[in-house]
Amino acid sequence: MRTALPSTPLQRLRRELFSSPLDGLISIGLIGFLLAVVIALVKWALFQAQWAVLQANSTLFAVGRYPLEQQWRLWLLTTLLVAATGLSWGLLRGLPRLDRVHPLWPRNDRIAVAVVLALALLAPLFLKLSWAIQLRWWLEAALLVATRWAAGRWASLVPPPARRLAPLIWPLLYFAGMVLISGGLGLIQVSPSEWGGLLLTLVESSFAILLCFPLGILLALGRRSELPLLRWSSVVYIEFIRGAPLITLLFLGQNILGFLLPGGLAPDRVWRAAWVLTFFAAAYVAEAVRAGLASLPKGQLEAARSLGLPLPQALIHVVLPQALRVALPATVGQFISLLQDTTLLSLIGLLDLLGTARTVMANPAFLGRNAEVYLVLALLFWCCCAALGLGSRALETRLNPTANSAL
Amino acid sequence: MPPSSVSTVTPWWRNRRLIPWIVQAAVGLVVLVVVAFLVGNLVRNLTAAGLLLSWSWLGNPAGFDVSETLLPFDASLPYWRALLAGLVNTLRVVLLGLVGATLLGTAVGIASFSSNGLLKRLARIYVELIRNIPLLLQLVFWYFVVFLALPNGTSAIQLPGLVLAKSGLYLAWFSDLWHLQWQGPHLDGGVWHAPLRLTVEFGALLTGLVVYTAAFIAEVVRGGVASVPKGQWEAANSLGFNPLQTLQRIVLPQALRVIVPGLNSQYISLAKNSSLAVACGYADLYSVAETTLNQTGRAVEVVLVLLGSYLVIDLVISALMNGLNHLVQLKER
Repeated sequence: MRTALPSTPLQRLRRELFSSPLDGLISIGLIGFLLAVVIALVKWALFQAQWAVLQANSTLFAVGRYPLEQQWRLWLLTTLLVAATGLSWGLLRGLPRLDRVHPLWPRNDRIAVAVVLALALLAPLFLKLSWAIQLRWWLEAALLVATRWAAGRWASLVPPPARRLAPLIWPLLYFAGMVLISGGLGLIQVSPSEWGGLLLTLVESSFAILLCFPLGILLALGRRSELPLLRWSSVVYIEFIRGAPLITLLFLGQNILGFLLPGGLAPDRVWRAAWVLTFFAAAYVAEAVRAGLASLPKGQLEAARSLGLPLPQALIHVVLPQALRVALPATVGQFISLLQDTTLLSLIGLLDLLGTARTVMANPAFLGRNAEVYLVLALLFWCCCAALGLGSRALETRLNPTANSAL
Repeated sequence: MPPSSVSTVTPWWRNRRLIPWIVQAAVGLVVLVVVAFLVGNLVRNLTAAGLLLSWSWLGNPAGFDVSETLLPFDASLPYWRALLAGLVNTLRVVLLGLVGATLLGTAVGIASFSSNGLLKRLARIYVELIRNIPLLLQLVFWYFVVFLALPNGTSAIQLPGLVLAKSGLYLAWFSDLWHLQWQGPHLDGGVWHAPLRLTVEFGALLTGLVVYTAAFIAEVVRGGVASVPKGQWEAANSLGFNPLQTLQRIVLPQALRVIVPGLNSQYISLAKNSSLAVACGYADLYSVAETTLNQTGRAVEVVLVLLGSYLVIDLVISALMNGLNHLVQLKER
């Protein structure tokens, strides 16, 4: 890695762990500690833990009280999402940037496929889902791999105009998804109070992430504007939001929003929380974008302006693409904390993943099964956040104008 | 903006001096209309509900109890005393949390530079593990899975000077400050007694906040230490400093210039995150405020008190940290 010292595994082990007596002592202590923790955890998971609490409530954790006869809509949405993911993934790999050499199946992709297949095979078994549902998950996994393979294989056959339109499937899919979830256009309405679990967490976080990004960019531009009124209103807004804990703002949204709008106009509790999350995250995204803007030399804007570009065009074509690339890691960091912040909805009585967990725990049949539920939720959140972080790093490499690395 | 040559033929919509004013006027108008709309609705709706802004209810007896207060409190005392007790509870957990998170975070941050590969990797794992799990989930985990599962009586976990039991955390302390009499926890009829007792709610909240914030502080410390050029370590080493001396006298003073501004934002987020206390049943400001709202229905006033209090806490932390920042920055003469 970083050293050119001779390294058979044994020598490397010796150098890293036992280079001095003190190091040796520390290593032995840590190895003992780690072994004890791992053994205790495995013992607990295999013999003491009672996983029935998850097996009996898997639907509740997945979609809340979403009506059973309407759940086909969520399956359809999942299938569409899986297909779109496989398609985008394959196109991304099949059409590398012109200045890069890129294998069609890099190592990371093979690992990802293996992980997805293992998950689709094992998770339903672990949750003791019924055979019909288990089969559906296998088909979804197979669909993902198949679309990934097909899109990667025949990517170069896609005509260029279609390539440019391909990203558009995502906003279309988002609107289709919202219709499928909430109803309308001939589908029966499902009230947001019946959404719950993972479904609610994903709806709230995706809504807030999508909307807070443009809002944050506008706020950041406002804060760096030369017009005092624009600058000061942005500063006041950003600092007000950043000075308050999210829970007090959610509290404000639930209790005061009804007073702020004319009677009947105030949205449903679920959407109130979604809007509060959006406005909250926008202030933090604005700060991330502002740092990106500040990293650009002033000459970029001046040069664009002196070429005759009007200000909006100079911002869109010259300043923002560069600034957003710099701001990408911090912005994704904010998205990750937004995803984590959705757990706060459980404190204002909404049934997101954590809220569902708390209601399940209140059921006497599952009393004292806290460890099982919370550990699994922690694992789920950890995987989602870590995946977002990995995705952000991959995107950084792809957008980086100079680095010539195959991911 | 450079003054442009205004000729007589420039139409007004391309006038470089006029446009900013038009834009500002438009933005100002929109902001004004939105604010007027919201405030107008607020006043109308509050009047209709009979809840127009008033502070006299703060003097009414609260009628609910606040557990574990530093200031004496009972249900017959007025609302403002309840809110004050909550604020003091918040300050208590924030202050202890700041100290604990700084110590643990610094240790983990420095451990990531250890010559021991295992320790280094463990520090990374700690940071990656903690940062990717929501704080609220960690808090309920600490409270329900760890602290509420502690045994009581003789089977309680006994450490030197500290006993962890479900009935509380018992700490050794001076039983008599004047004579400097040290007293440890002792079992008396199956019940633990000690000069200092903390509730498990407080313990869970403090542990959760410290463990969570320490992961972020560790990253700040790591970034700060990494910002000191490697040559500084090597030079100190060749002058005969041992690693600890190098860290203490050469590296940390330089790293602090990078670390302190980063700490500031972590401290503020710790103060704000303490409002999640309600998840583990600790009566902090937010939790008292929530009860107050449920009893009085005074939403606007309660939210104003909440926002104002946290804003003041943030500003105080910022001011102190800016003072500290001033101290550690390079003095240029």
